[in-house]
Amino acid sequence: MGATEETIQQIKSMAGKYEAGFVTDIETDKAPKGLSEEIVRLISSKKNEPEWMLQWRLKAFQRWLEMPEPDWQKPKFPKIDYQDIHYYAAPKSMANKPKSLDEVDPELLKTYEKLGIPLKEQEILAGVQKPVAVDVVFDSVSVATTFKEKLKEAGVIFCSISEAIQNHPDLVKKYIGSVVPPGDNKHACLNSAVFTDGSFVYVPEGVRCPMELSTYFRINELNTGQFERTLIIADKGAYVSYLEGCTAPMRDENQLHAAVVELIAHDDAEIKYSTVQNWYPGNFETGQGGVYNFVTKRGLCEGRNSKISWTQVETGSAITWKYPSCILKGDHSQGEFYSVAITNGRQQADTGTKMIHIGKNTKSRIVAKGISAGKSDQTYRGLVKIMPKAQGARNFTQCDSLLIGDQCGAHTVPYIESRNKTANLEHEATTSKISEDQLFYCMQRGIGEEEALALIVNGFAREVMQHLPMEFAVEAQKLVGISLEGSVG
Amino acid sequence: MIKIENLKAAIETDDGEKEILKGVSLDIPAGQVHAIMGPNGAGKSTLSYVLSGREEYTVTGGSFEMDAQDMLELAPEERAAAGLFLAFQYPVEIPGVNMSTFLKTALNSVRKQRGEDELDALSMLKLIKAKCADLGISEDMMKRAVNVGFSGGEKKRNEVLQMAMLEPKFCVLDETDSGLDIDALKIVADGVNAMRSPERAFLVITHYQRLLDYIKPDVVHIMAEGKIVKTGGPELAKELEDKGYANVIGEAA
Repeated sequence: MGATEETIQQIKSMAGKYEAGFVTDIETDKAPKGLSEEIVRLISSKKNEPEWMLQWRLKAFQRWLEMPEPDWQKPKFPKIDYQDIHYYAAPKSMANKPKSLDEVDPELLKTYEKLGIPLKEQEILAGVQKPVAVDVVFDSVSVATTFKEKLKEAGVIFCSISEAIQNHPDLVKKYIGSVVPPGDNKHACLNSAVFTDGSFVYVPEGVRCPMELSTYFRINELNTGQFERTLIIADKGAYVSYLEGCTAPMRDENQLHAAVVELIAHDDAEIKYSTVQNWYPGNFETGQGGVYNFVTKRGLCEGRNSKISWTQVETGSAITWKYPSCILKGDHSQGEFYSVAITNGRQQADTGTKMIHIGKNTKSRIVAKGISAGKSDQTYRGLVKIMPKAQGARNFTQCDSLLIGDQCGAHTVPYIESRNKTANLEHEATTSKISEDQLFYCMQRGIGEEEALALIVNGFAREVMQHLPMEFAVEAQKLVGISLEGSVG
Repeated sequence: MIKIENLKAAIETDDGEKEILKGVSLDIPAGQVHAIMGPNGAGKSTLSYVLSGREEYTVTGGSFEMDAQDMLELAPEERAAAGLFLAFQYPVEIPGVNMSTFLKTALNSVRKQRGEDELDALSMLKLIKAKCADLGISEDMMKRAVNVGFSGGEKKRNEVLQMAMLEPKFCVLDETDSGLDIDALKIVADGVNAMRSPERAFLVITHYQRLLDYIKPDVVHIMAEGKIVKTGGPELAKELEDKGYANVIGEAA
């Protein structure tokens, strides 16, 4: 385990800071502020996209103009001024398309070094850790993707979505929007019109992806939104584990992050998707600034016996609003959702999942752990829907909330719709306050109060944390401690 | 080594501040075991909490020194690092945190505060194994969450295990015998006795004389209504058992 002690030391050394809050000083090629057909065309032409992609975007844009803003969510925020955002920002040095890391602007590389994301393959391989392939996205462009060649040998395609549109148009055309159609919701529609980069993964039939894949998203520019789009396809019998991480500088203005993630699992395939989200949460006291994290993530268990598993550790963002979901279409397919959401300061979160059972004997499992501290407010919202043909469907849901202090809120809103009598649904929910007895017990053993809190909360979240890939579990545990700073004493 | 003088402490209640310790004085030289006996509500458990620095209690007077160091100004974790250990009457469950992680975190926190090097994973594992073997604790217990689903005997043995790991100078045992059958009591007492040494002081809080058959005290104090009302040798415990609290305290008053 060891991780916990390490966590504690890290917390000490970091003392109340959002570590990733620095700005990279770099020349940027930015589209003018505002959203219009011209901007959509500009993005498409910057990426040298084929006509079909442009038309797809334009259609989405028209649709977006007509769609009303959703207002059913619990977090409240001022109306977003879509004309006050830059929809495209790329480091100027990326214009000449560096072919290898040696050609990438050292300032950019330094950014990732500071964030602790290794990009040099030799260095990664020299380290003791298991190698992880990374795609790094900086504002609107993918800067680099590592281990591409090694993955290619296994037949795995791992590249930025922009590259995939150029090099694998048939795959992109077939799958993009097939799980999250542009008209799904206002934010997904916006993304469909203006998405700039993101990752693309295709694992062919029968292949077990030889390493963990990951994407690291970074918003750097002021008043810039990030609209990434990720598409992961696991063909028959394939397996892939993928992780995304996110950070942004500390800014007084809110930044919009409206991503779309689509997963498709064919017969007997399995996709494991993990997120460690640490966007800037805004000012601890006033709540000013921070990222609006409005993301649509959905997986389609298309094939028989397929499996999609979401694991998320959500610690950042001023507002988190997302429901990574599974459509269980194939018979005997399985969906899982493991979530830890931590809100502190003035953060708000409305997160959960949807499990849509369509096929026979489909199974889903939901374990959501919410930790609210400070003056934050958190809602778990989850839908379990059993369609008429889903004979023998099963769901197990467990939602646990932990409150720290007496000024935060936690809400649980489960929706269950069953249209098949053979379905078996279980729901468990608990709400508890962090116990003074537990804190004192730890402190009497020599553990300081904040460390004790991190230890107890990591214990509370353990069931979820153990689903993270080993390589990231330690990181996530540290993050738990850091995001709870200032919530006791 | 342990000097407690006229210690007074109160707790905030709905009806205002209520004084529970009304001037407790104790002198415990290194190497000695002192027992505190007393009826329910005498303030025995409060004394253990006040000594270990629990926030809910306000010290309203008096002093508590260990090796001439003022303990009252230290935070609970600093007192632990200074060498104070409290074996809880009701050990607390910490779901999801396994024993070995907990022991590692605690011992390394204490070592760090003492300016010692932290133990690496391997040395830690060896140490835990050795201490478990001494106390007849199965290593399987190290994989379980702290006190979760532990039997009464396992919980108390776990307290002694933590005591053995942290090697404190001053051990306070709060009603360690409660909830134990005679076999479990013997095991726990053996663990405590194995730790008796000329450098270490013990304060054993108990309601019944039974525990003192196994952990032989040098001095016995009787506490009532927030004060020590009588002090004597081990024979005082016997006298209590024969006559009952009311009579003995009555004589003292």
